[in-house]
Amino acid sequence: MYNRQMETLPKGELRALQGERLRQVLKRVYENVPAYRAKMEAARVTPQDIKGADDIYKLPFTVKQDLRDGYPFGMFAAPRSEIVRLHASSGTTGKLTVVGYTRHDIEVWSELMARALAAVGATRDSMIHIAYGYGLFTGGLGAHYGAEKLGATAVPVSSGNTKRQIMLLKDFEADILCCTPSYALYIAEEIRKESLSISDFKLKAGVFGAEPWSEAMRAEIEEKLGISAYDIYGLSEIMGPGVSIECEHKAGGHIWEDHFIAEVIDPDTLEPLDYGKEGELVITTITKEGIPMIRYRTRDITTLLEEPCKCGRTHVRMKRVLGRTDDMLIIRGVNIFPSQIENVIAGISGVEPFYQLVVDRVEGADILEVQVEVSQALFSDQVKKIEAVKQLLEREIYSALGLSVKVTLCDPDSLPRSEGKSKRVIDKRKF
Amino acid sequence: MVKQLSVFIENRPGRLYKITQLLSQHNIDLVMLSIADTKEFGILRIITSDIEKSFRVLKEAGYTVSITEMIGVEVPDRPGGLAEVLAVFDRCGISIEYLYSFARTSDKIAIILFRVEDSQSALEKLMEAKVKLTDRVL
Repeated sequence: MYNRQMETLPKGELRALQGERLRQVLKRVYENVPAYRAKMEAARVTPQDIKGADDIYKLPFTVKQDLRDGYPFGMFAAPRSEIVRLHASSGTTGKLTVVGYTRHDIEVWSELMARALAAVGATRDSMIHIAYGYGLFTGGLGAHYGAEKLGATAVPVSSGNTKRQIMLLKDFEADILCCTPSYALYIAEEIRKESLSISDFKLKAGVFGAEPWSEAMRAEIEEKLGISAYDIYGLSEIMGPGVSIECEHKAGGHIWEDHFIAEVIDPDTLEPLDYGKEGELVITTITKEGIPMIRYRTRDITTLLEEPCKCGRTHVRMKRVLGRTDDMLIIRGVNIFPSQIENVIAGISGVEPFYQLVVDRVEGADILEVQVEVSQALFSDQVKKIEAVKQLLEREIYSALGLSVKVTLCDPDSLPRSEGKSKRVIDKRKF
Repeated sequence: MVKQLSVFIENRPGRLYKITQLLSQHNIDLVMLSIADTKEFGILRIITSDIEKSFRVLKEAGYTVSITEMIGVEVPDRPGGLAEVLAVFDRCGISIEYLYSFARTSDKIAIILFRVEDSQSALEKLMEAKVKLTDRVL
């Protein structure tokens, strides 16, 4: 363990620490973030009403929309001079969800990521191959700082160029691989195609996250890469990767409770649920300075497990995320809202488009097909003009999402007319 | 000029049948039909006995359809007949988007329909070059 004292802190002490830290963070946001103060005033609650972690239910929720309303820095609780880094993820419209970190926040994140890497068996002698994207996305830099904090060697390969990735994995003798689970399968497939043997590699473990995956995928990755595969959880609004990590028992990810308070709520009634009940994960960051999140609704569906883990860590575990309570899709690690795609199509066709998103997984890689009904504005009697419209849609969607998609043009009235938005998405992936 | 209807059709079985059936139900006669196809979709191009009515019928049935003006040229039905006309296109710098032809055996002529980008200016150039234009396709 990277920090045995904290990771095995007795439950009672952990709870007391949470209460103390919760009170501090509430004071911070109440004094520094008008949006939080307004929310708390509307809910008729003041920081003084919160005596300990058990009082958290009195506090109002925070949602992604709040970040959008405050775009870009409205929810920041630290002066700009103290913010040392920004990250961002996609929002439901063209605007990004922006988060900021103070030096202390980066320190905490690095430590929690170091704990995560240590939990899967990494040491200061490890060679950690990081194939998460580096950039506004938190994956790459999050894993990177954790690897360095641990004292291991970080290989900041970022995403793409699989042939080169395989060469470096082999030549640098990486023992830990960090990437999305679908990319791990893709790497395995490419290794096979290049007629390389997995025994030429020194890989021992993989830290996989940023998209939903299943036990079946875990078994497949473990078999094909000859490693032990671990689920890591995180989201930029809370911190980035490393909010929770599975230990060697692979019985749910430990959420670092000295920095987060995790709850599960009923997404319809918004009432808190007991441990062991499935619902929406809600997280409060209790040590964050840059952009603290108070009862942030993650929209991820999971179950919290309170029973002690055989590994000795006392921190609560979360089951693998089963789905979402909104229509967000995660494709190749990129967060996608159907409304973003709708906006692009509407911008080109000039009318409210009829479209459908079909997600599939082919050879381990996620494919997003955007089916669009051909309206008058998209139509021409010339093939080359229709092809040009198709390419324009693909290009514009790429520039809006940062994800390449395949556009298919369909007959008018051929796509299902849905009552809700859910039918706009067909997810054929088997997690 | 000759009016042509273009209809978007996905590459799926039964699509063409549906359209021809619809037209026949409205007593519309097909004069010419051609399909430009790609891997995923096709553009059905038709000329009918009543273009305006066909447009209405297809539109009401939910199809995406448009009307295009085609330049009709009459060429003698003998070797080199088309080549002579194309030579004029070439000389006048008119580029052709697509074309199709049908022979009228009784008159020993062939009718070629041309789709060009700017049909008005093309028409003027062709008239000047004394190309035999026609809008009689029935």
